[in-house]
Amino acid sequence: MRVLVLWCVDWPVVSAAGQVPDVDLATTSVAVLTANRVVACSASARFEGVRRGQRKREAQARCPGLVTLPRDLIAEVRAYEPVVATVEALAPGVEVVRPGLCAVRATGPARYFGGEEAAAARLAGTVLALGIECYAGVADGVFAATLAARYSHGGLQGGRPPGENRGGFQGGRPPGENRGGFQGGRPPGENTVIPSSRTAEFLASFPVDALDRPELTDLLRRLGIRTLGAFAALPAREVLARFGPDGALVHRLASGADDRPVAARRPPTDLTVRRELDPPVNRVDTAAFHAKAAAEELAADLAARGLACSSVDISVQDHDGEWLSRRWRHDSAMTAHDLADRARWQIESWLRGLPQDDDGYERPHGITVLRLEPVEAFPAGKFPTGLWGGPGEDDERARRAINRVHSLLGEDGVLVPVVAGGRGPGDAIQLIPWGDERSPNRPADRPWPGRLPSPSPAVVPRERTPAILLDSGGTAVTVDERAGMSAPPVTLTIDAGPSDAVQGWAGPWPVDERWWDLGAAWRGARLQVATDSGAWLLVFTDRWWVEATYE
Amino acid sequence: MTTAQVHALRTSLDLQERAEMTVGSAEASRVSSPELLRTLESTTGSDRTLPVLDELRGLLPNGLRRGSALVVEGPLSLAFAVLAGASAAGRWAAVVGVPEAGVAAAAELGADLDRLVLVPQPGDDWATVVAALADAIDVILVRPPGRVGGATARRLTARARQRGAALLSLSDWEGAELRLTPVGQRWYGLGAGWGRLRARLLTVRVHGRGVAAVEREHTIWLPGPASETGAAEPGVGDSSDVLPPSEPDQPSTTLPAATLRAV
Repeated sequence: MRVLVLWCVDWPVVSAAGQVPDVDLATTSVAVLTANRVVACSASARFEGVRRGQRKREAQARCPGLVTLPRDLIAEVRAYEPVVATVEALAPGVEVVRPGLCAVRATGPARYFGGEEAAAARLAGTVLALGIECYAGVADGVFAATLAARYSHGGLQGGRPPGENRGGFQGGRPPGENRGGFQGGRPPGENTVIPSSRTAEFLASFPVDALDRPELTDLLRRLGIRTLGAFAALPAREVLARFGPDGALVHRLASGADDRPVAARRPPTDLTVRRELDPPVNRVDTAAFHAKAAAEELAADLAARGLACSSVDISVQDHDGEWLSRRWRHDSAMTAHDLADRARWQIESWLRGLPQDDDGYERPHGITVLRLEPVEAFPAGKFPTGLWGGPGEDDERARRAINRVHSLLGEDGVLVPVVAGGRGPGDAIQLIPWGDERSPNRPADRPWPGRLPSPSPAVVPRERTPAILLDSGGTAVTVDERAGMSAPPVTLTIDAGPSDAVQGWAGPWPVDERWWDLGAAWRGARLQVATDSGAWLLVFTDRWWVEATYE
Repeated sequence: MTTAQVHALRTSLDLQERAEMTVGSAEASRVSSPELLRTLESTTGSDRTLPVLDELRGLLPNGLRRGSALVVEGPLSLAFAVLAGASAAGRWAAVVGVPEAGVAAAAELGADLDRLVLVPQPGDDWATVVAALADAIDVILVRPPGRVGGATARRLTARARQRGAALLSLSDWEGAELRLTPVGQRWYGLGAGWGRLRARLLTVRVHGRGVAAVEREHTIWLPGPASETGAAEPGVGDSSDVLPPSEPDQPSTTLPAATLRAV
């Protein structure tokens, strides 16, 4: 099937920079980070040597003026909505692959605008008119068309090993390229149209990284298979036997075969998951919870029928009865996780767009119905993924089990730990609700002077327990303003328990946190104390408390 | 042979076995496949038992058996250490009903935070939560509200056995394979106003059923004196091997200045 793909260059960067008032991509180098790693960067940053996957420091070392911004997927989806709406006005049936990349069947627009080149130029030109750098690619299938669009931009940067030829044709550009009416001041020959007969040839010289499956490409590399052409040259039977169904799918992609699964069909309508939300949902976290639950239900229904889906319509009805709908597509079967992510991104981005009250949190209107409808389903492989022993299977199974517990206990019932920064005993790890982005509020890569030394206490209660620390004369030990102790401690009594003789102690280590914030500021001193029965971390504010136990 | 390869072989053997059973032929090879598999597993230790940290070899000489329930009466860091061995080997772990868990301590023992989930307040649903997690999580550390006996213990243990999960309970558990009870502990590293907690000698009594019916006592370093992260020197297992540090360490310069001033 002929597919036209529109690719907005460096969308995460464009979207993130749009949120910050005084960042101009023309003059500033910008990188977008997730979990301290670069996920996208602007052209100028790339020119300085910033690459995907680099650590923040590494990127800053190469490009000293680099402005780093956190990734906000919801904002990306939200900023992309007008782009999709613009394209949809010209060509119906737009499918979002990810924010910044959408696909549409090429046949209709090609007939209407008089050829695929004209259609590509027209659609790309429309997006360009919004002030967004955008390239079109037309080929057989979304995969090849995406590569064609990125090839239009000038090869694939990032992830390309040095010394390899730039992708695409060595002997000049394909014939018959994009001679349509150009708009927005585009020089001719910028959009790439790959004829059906030449798709395989076009793909052959790209490195295997283009498949965007890190584990598989790593393995292929070690097997000496470096380009899509070399991979495609392997017999399909052997690929299926060695790499399983996903490997076979990827092999079809590399061979330039249409990536739409052969037996795709419109699934029976009873698979649609519909959730009435009463009262209407206007909070982002509640909406995310419903989106995840609905996605889980859809995935379970599909799995029960032995189906998988690669394209889904996500719709909501707002308070006024108006429907909003967007179609999302994936290059292979969507897992429950994929479905949930997309539903959450889309619904959160719509919710952010609803009118807000003054406090910016509660919205007067909400959504009343949430609907997920699989557009295209195909028989899932006879064997579930991971038959070939990859660790992915265990992870997916674990994720499913955790999702069940999550739906049983609600949003904050299941937590995952991430490494964070801070001085207190409970600060080194931050607990984040399952399914939320794993980024800590307090980054661990800052200096935290006065941080507790390891080993860390195993027991960090949420409530402090009062403790009494006495000196040899039976007087309470105190800590003064300058972190000096009134006398060496001799006995420790915790919460009206028995008194123990202090065997050793260290500190006090003064704490003066958040002095700039009257509400959260506190001063005190920490003390490690050991007795015959254990060791504790005490903290002195106006009296002694047990903050944690070295159990 | 890597774990992944064994896993792949196991899956293919399972399939083969199933196919043969439906066909009803090839009696001989049906016997040999599981045997071959068992040999492979015992050599790699991959499927019947979960790995444990070197420090715990004395306590759990056979590793952590899948499908078993283990009672850890304390301290929590010992339960973390048992969990950390499997977690460090890439297995999934869960902590249920322990809101005060100091996850940093578990991480220092080697637990992989990417494969760790916490259910701090399961409430009355704790058994349902454990049963659901046992489907796919390899080690589940749980604090039931009280002693677990009768039908609940049997049901959860059966579930764990069927799914190959190991249960670590902080409360008493009827039919538990092994019980770890702390007998004594001593911390090292603190002076009179200087130093910091560095290492601990922990004496644990091990008693259980079957081969473990004879009570043993072991003294281990947890965390060990060798490194910051609690990975103690290998070979420390019996109290006879262990010599306490002769001199506590000098105050560390990384501590705040008040450490030195307060004496």
